[in-house]
Amino acid sequence: MATDTEPHLNSGGVRGGTRAAITAPHLRTDRWWLAPAATAAGLLAFVVYSTWRAFANADYYAAPYVSPFYSPCLAENCAEMRAGPNWDLFGSWWGISPAIIILIFPLGFRLTCYYYRKAYYRGFWASPPACAVAEPHKKYTGETRFPLVLQNIHRYFFYAALLVAGILTYDTVLAFRDESYQWGHMGLGTLVFLVNILLIWAYTLSCHSCRHIVGGKLKHFSKHPVRYRMWQFVGKLNARHMLLAWASLVSVALADFYVYLVASGAFDDPRFF
Amino acid sequence: MSVVDRQEWDVVVVGAGGAGLRAAIEARESGARTAVICKSLFGKAHTVMAEGGIAAAMGNVNAGDNWQVHFRDTMRGGKFLNQWRMAELHAQEAPDRVWELETWGALFDRTKDGRISQRNFGGHEYPRLAHVGDRTGLELIRTLQQKIVSLQQEDHRETGDYESRLKVFQECTVTRVLKDGQRVSGVFGYERESGRFFVLEAPAVVIATGGIGKSFKVTSNSWEYTGDGHALALLAGAPLLNMEFVQFHPTGMVWPPSVKGILVTESVRGDGGVLRNSEGKRFMFDYIPDVFKEKYAESEEEGDRWYEDPDNNRRPPELLPRDEVARAINAEVKAGRGSPHGGVFLDVSTRMPAEVIRRRLPSMYHQFKELADVDITAEAMEVGPTCHYVMGGIAVESDTAAARGVPGLFAAGEVAGGMHGSNRLGGNSLSDLLVFGRRAGLHAARYAADLGARPPVDDAQVDLAAAEALRPFSAEVPPDDYPPENPYTLHQELQQTMHDLVGIIRRKAEMKQALGKLADLRVRARWAGVEGHRQFNPGWHLALDLRNMLLVSECIARAALERTESRGGHTREDYPAMDREWRRLNLLCRLADPSGELAASDPVSGQIELVRETTEPIRDDLLALFEKEELVKYLSEEEVVEPETEREGEGSREQL
Amino acid sequence: MSSYEARFKVWRGDVQGGGLEDFKVEVNDGEVVLDIIHRLQATQAPDLAVRWNCKAGKCGSCSAEINGRPRLMCMTRMSVFDRAETITVTPLRAFPVVRDLVTDVGFNYTKAREVPSFVPPADLGPGEYRMMQEDVDRSQEFRKCIECFLCQDTCHVVRDHEENKTAFAGPRFLMRVAELDMHPLDAAQETGLDRKRTAQDEHGLGYCNITKCCTEVCPEGIKITDNALIPLKERAVDRKYDPLVWLGSKIRRRSS
Repeated sequence: MATDTEPHLNSGGVRGGTRAAITAPHLRTDRWWLAPAATAAGLLAFVVYSTWRAFANADYYAAPYVSPFYSPCLAENCAEMRAGPNWDLFGSWWGISPAIIILIFPLGFRLTCYYYRKAYYRGFWASPPACAVAEPHKKYTGETRFPLVLQNIHRYFFYAALLVAGILTYDTVLAFRDESYQWGHMGLGTLVFLVNILLIWAYTLSCHSCRHIVGGKLKHFSKHPVRYRMWQFVGKLNARHMLLAWASLVSVALADFYVYLVASGAFDDPRFF
Repeated sequence: MSVVDRQEWDVVVVGAGGAGLRAAIEARESGARTAVICKSLFGKAHTVMAEGGIAAAMGNVNAGDNWQVHFRDTMRGGKFLNQWRMAELHAQEAPDRVWELETWGALFDRTKDGRISQRNFGGHEYPRLAHVGDRTGLELIRTLQQKIVSLQQEDHRETGDYESRLKVFQECTVTRVLKDGQRVSGVFGYERESGRFFVLEAPAVVIATGGIGKSFKVTSNSWEYTGDGHALALLAGAPLLNMEFVQFHPTGMVWPPSVKGILVTESVRGDGGVLRNSEGKRFMFDYIPDVFKEKYAESEEEGDRWYEDPDNNRRPPELLPRDEVARAINAEVKAGRGSPHGGVFLDVSTRMPAEVIRRRLPSMYHQFKELADVDITAEAMEVGPTCHYVMGGIAVESDTAAARGVPGLFAAGEVAGGMHGSNRLGGNSLSDLLVFGRRAGLHAARYAADLGARPPVDDAQVDLAAAEALRPFSAEVPPDDYPPENPYTLHQELQQTMHDLVGIIRRKAEMKQALGKLADLRVRARWAGVEGHRQFNPGWHLALDLRNMLLVSECIARAALERTESRGGHTREDYPAMDREWRRLNLLCRLADPSGELAASDPVSGQIELVRETTEPIRDDLLALFEKEELVKYLSEEEVVEPETEREGEGSREQL
Repeated sequence: MSSYEARFKVWRGDVQGGGLEDFKVEVNDGEVVLDIIHRLQATQAPDLAVRWNCKAGKCGSCSAEINGRPRLMCMTRMSVFDRAETITVTPLRAFPVVRDLVTDVGFNYTKAREVPSFVPPADLGPGEYRMMQEDVDRSQEFRKCIECFLCQDTCHVVRDHEENKTAFAGPRFLMRVAELDMHPLDAAQETGLDRKRTAQDEHGLGYCNITKCCTEVCPEGIKITDNALIPLKERAVDRKYDPLVWLGSKIRRRSS
């Protein structure tokens, strides 16, 4: 009967014993592989680019712009940035690129982000590759054990990401100077930084953990009208979390690339005023 | 003969819609071991289709509302043919039934001060319908379903078995109520999935199987609505009441063909939708009957002003009771002023901004977008009448929901007759389910407890029932010049017959023709064989359901032929007026030959006989709730004069 | 009105075995896949087993997989397919097959029973409930669920791993836990039932890797992942992985 209460315990998935006998792992006729493939390609491109830039340890500062990959710069070997975000917390023993120190936070934030999790579980791990397409793994425990149970620390990375976003905001304010540190100027780089910081904030605030913290955890919105309004605002951003995740990923890479171009002398920052 | 699985229960509920589940909850809470049997999966019952709301005079939105006003509206809607005691109980108990749902986890839409919000609906004087957007029926079913699960969890904690006191047998069909002499002794049925037969032995059976819409071609009802409960009661010897009253909802979809009949909610008109014919005319202004002349707008301008200022203007005639609008649409189409697919135009696109339409009518917007590829914010809908609800049903005692003449048999919900008179108001069906579902469960449990010994199940009846159920596999061979039959074809012919000959507008000759056609179909049904085996075989299931549809259709046709007046859901072209003498008359359908085997009965004389019965006069204090001028429209002279003296006193008490 | 002949492959069989059977069948304007299945029943395969009820996307009975995608047959219009295309209809592939397009969905009813029901507040009688619209909005979204079980079918946790069925409630019933946890008057906490904790400990929330297929297939458009599962995960984090919240609640309990 359809009221059978014992789940049939046999191994195997869609081709398992009591399921309808269909040998194909899936019967989808659309281009289901396109989305995971594009996601994987996009993420891979960013990983390659950011690895190169993070380890390059060069061309990350061109006054008044500091690459977001290297901000804040916390080692002694950082480039000199006047009033910029370099605080020598790590001293001289840090020998490799100072980007590594700070990148761990935005990277961890994105790595444990609910959107990126979906993206790489599907794109890289094929778990599942697409809806109703059988996954290749024999066993699956999801996020129940180590290491994936650590995804639950996402909210700490969110707190850290708030700090980083604050510092990048500071960088953007500094970008309203010229090469000789005079205030009240603006160049194309300033615009690039502005767009980037807006997207970074939008992405950071659209985070599911943020949505939970500002109001989602409440049982009675009616008793907390301000937090309810904040929750609604974050909810609106949250609905576009995927879009913001990609947009801010691209913008941060572009901001870094812009600094690279200017710092390496390949391009001259056009000044507006 | 056949070995069938047998189990013992105290109360068996047939049907798991709102009424069935509410009955089961009450029976179980009264201490009876209760089984629920349903044709579909648990939680899929037709109740989920209800959109508007549950009518209950809670007075949350307008404090002027109370049960007396609700009672009055219900009687007016039913044109005073209602079993007044049922209407009274219904109006009194509906608020408690709604509040109780909240304690089981239901989440209705709220008012500003946190109470259950209530909305306006056709025929209700005040905003009265508790609702959840336009999916109130789903909320009702889910809440009852979850309450049942919660009772099962309780039982599991105590006995280690979820199903020790309350069990749902899903995807099972009951084909016979078994009896011990006059009394109920159990039910016989089959599992749809395996085709296996089973008997549930029980002293009390509650029938809550819903309606009969699948006997008509264009209907808003789902496949389950094959009149099973009506037929079960008839076959068990219980009479059906006033089966001629069938409600045709004025606005069903007419295109595409595959969705013909699916409901377009009344809220579309309530929110400003207007009906136009192919000439672009708002034709409803030509169809306001005299009794409603003072209450409806005379011009389009006045009707339009009503939406903004209902106190100083009269409502547009699009909001006349369902029967009036359905007849008007029917007349327009017949006069050649219909839309391309045989309906009329229902337009909101020129009345409201697209944004407002999408917000106020979300499910209608999606329904048309997804099923008909019509954007209702940009173009008019095509709509026409669709068979929606049967007011008639099993004749029951008002207080106990006990079926008349068969001890142990109870009925609640659409399958029970009387509550709605000749026409049901929107919103009154969900409250009906809850009020009388509870009463049926309560009294069934009491009856079972008081009975002492269980009535024994007669093996001969079980064998007969099994043989009857297996007959489609060894159908009779038709005579030489007749082709073999297929249940699907017969079903289509039955639907066409009822649609063409016993539909919205009825004529004597056509109904006689329908009776002939039904007799013919009954004979041919015996030749309708099915292929395959008993495991989940829809052809076989349909062949078995045909018996019920044929019985119920004959009841409708015979009663409709007999009632020589027009009232509510029964319109005679040859007797277009309401007749006050008929108000007191109920028509009871009984099986003509209750002892005989159905298939053997004579095709010509039919299976149903009619009995006229005079109703009990309406209690004086209830009559006193109406103005005399109104009563004379419905009641005969002597009925009105009688309580005159009393009314003075009652009336003044009401003032206090 | 134009009609054409479409090619269909419909899975027929039972738990013993079966396969895709070819059909050629007439299709008319405005029809949905369920109409075609009904036409097959009436003309070519009278014993073709299929579940359906309302035919308007409101009951969630006619769930199947059409061209490999979990969908309601009554809400899948034929016009979305190319006329030359062969349309494949199979039963839900996450559940044991009964016959043809009908599967044993008992798993879902078992899971429904494992979620503790709404706990009414002890101090409020019927008619005394006061709830604000903004407080019921979230749970109301989840109560739109028509229990078509497409989300349960598509979820790879059980679709691809039968052995997880014991430990994992599936999106539909994790959403039910979320619905109750967000219900403004649910008094489970007062009776010692912590829904946030049990979501992970008893209903297998940790198995969900938020790959969103449940949201993708939901015919009611419920944002299952974003509005139910992730908030529930965050609530579980409050209980189990957030020392700040833990410390805060300890202090507050002591001081009050």
